[in-house]
Amino acid sequence: MKVAVLRFPGTNCEFDTEYAFKKLGHDTAIVWHEDEQLPNDIDLVVVPGGFSYGDYLRSGSIARFSPVMKAVSSYANDGGKVLGICNGFQILTEAGLLPGALKRNNNLHFISKHQTLRVESTDNAFLNQCTKGEILNIPIAHADGNYYIDDEGLSELEANNQVLLRYCDSEGNNTVVNGSVTSIAGVCNKEKNVFGLMPHPERAIEDILGSIDGIKMLKGFEA
Amino acid sequence: MTAVVNVYLKQGVLDPQGKAAHHALDSLGFEGVKDVRIGKQIVLELDTDDKAKAKDEVTQMCETLLANTVIEDYDIEIRA
Repeated sequence: MKVAVLRFPGTNCEFDTEYAFKKLGHDTAIVWHEDEQLPNDIDLVVVPGGFSYGDYLRSGSIARFSPVMKAVSSYANDGGKVLGICNGFQILTEAGLLPGALKRNNNLHFISKHQTLRVESTDNAFLNQCTKGEILNIPIAHADGNYYIDDEGLSELEANNQVLLRYCDSEGNNTVVNGSVTSIAGVCNKEKNVFGLMPHPERAIEDILGSIDGIKMLKGFEA
Repeated sequence: MTAVVNVYLKQGVLDPQGKAAHHALDSLGFEGVKDVRIGKQIVLELDTDDKAKAKDEVTQMCETLLANTVIEDYDIEIRA
């Protein structure tokens, strides 16, 4: 598999993401935000975490207008797979490639910790290695992770199985982490080729990191 | 010509910063505050004298970049 990892001014998770996919045996290419084209023959675009453009105005709001994002939009509209992690999730919602928006955490704090997540849907290219209801342990690190969507949008997400992950306690019950609507931690688009989540699977790939649950998430794209 | 844009979270979208400030005002003894909403103000200096044109352009700017209309409302004031 060949993975393109985007890099904006202020991105800081591109090397972790590259490391994770390389560890899984994949080719990776870091793509600068000014590039107007994505590399040929890629199987996945990852929009990694960080603070693109200093999170000015709103997280992800400036990055979405960069040249490379035009290429990502047309890649996604042609059915190409795109994964946005943390700031990448924010960029994809700002770009309109994913529904909803991410607001400031309800406690106004930057939250950085390991968090349990419940897998909500597996009939997609991302979480197909997981089982529904499975609890994963993945780090989160964000200030603007408070997912918002209106009631109508939420019903659509539910009806199409677009909710990927929810924050939960160790028993699997929904838990309030940042104020997200119904504790949503990640969603996909209706066509199920664009995925976004606040947690960082690329930071949970070795025992020394405290969890290896991120491996089965990233491996989903191999299928 | 100057355009002043105010951007707020929509009514019905919980404003965590407004809520925290409201709580602080309560703690300080300021009574009778029913709601606090915190937004941002963007001031644009425009190279035009045409008020209508300025309003149209700034509306486009808000819809495209300055506000995220999924969660935010905005208002525009054009000053001569």
